[in-house]
Amino acid sequence: MQRYLTDRKRAVGLGSGRAGTEHHWKMMVSSMAIVVAAPVFFILFALGYQLPYAEATAYFGHPAVAITLAVTMVIIIRHVMNEAIEAAEDYVHGTAGQLTIVGITWASYLLMIVGLFALARMAI
Amino acid sequence: MADVNRGNRPLSPFMIGPYYKPQLTSISSIMVRITGIVVLGLSVVIVAWLFTASISEAAFNAFNRIVQSWFGDLVLLAGVWCLTYHILGRLRHVLWDFGYCWEVRVAESLAIGMLVAATVVAALTFILFLAM
Repeated sequence: MQRYLTDRKRAVGLGSGRAGTEHHWKMMVSSMAIVVAAPVFFILFALGYQLPYAEATAYFGHPAVAITLAVTMVIIIRHVMNEAIEAAEDYVHGTAGQLTIVGITWASYLLMIVGLFALARMAI
Repeated sequence: MADVNRGNRPLSPFMIGPYYKPQLTSISSIMVRITGIVVLGLSVVIVAWLFTASISEAAFNAFNRIVQSWFGDLVLLAGVWCLTYHILGRLRHVLWDFGYCWEVRVAESLAIGMLVAATVVAALTFILFLAM
């Protein structure tokens, strides 16, 4: 029997207009970003974290160190925030799920702000 | 939607256990998610450390004493392990997304490679930064 739905009609809404895959694609982009950002953050942090107070604040307050750590920290925390949101979307449902996502987002941005504040305070 | 495929779809890894045999690929993918959440937890410690350093010497010394203890070292090493594992695991997902490394043998070697690499990086971190 002849099919009345055209091929196009059957395909509309199922393909990738990149809207339904937006979150996934953003995870891919931030996945590639952390491949660079995380080692840079880790090495810079490790180099300063055993220094005594005065030297540590001087080191972390150095403009190049502070700015590089600030950028990479935001990339990393944003990535793991989305990772946690993705997990919440999959495993926590309904109102509890929505509140969990709000909580994760709130806590993650708070973390970024406190981290940026600390780096700026040592740098200025 | 007369000819939409219903019923004949691959099983979801959500059914791991009774219906879905655990595999290196699926378990390592789940571990990527878990390690990602661990890194979020670790970032709380790192940010707290930076914050106390920016506030005062007393606050820094009080918090730093905990972070530099053997327990703090253990937490940081676990964090480094998770961070490395997570980065490599995510990189593997990017490769898969771009259509590479789909062969089962390759995908499984990558899963083992991630475990080995994370352990090597954690060991190097211990030797270079913590064992002194």
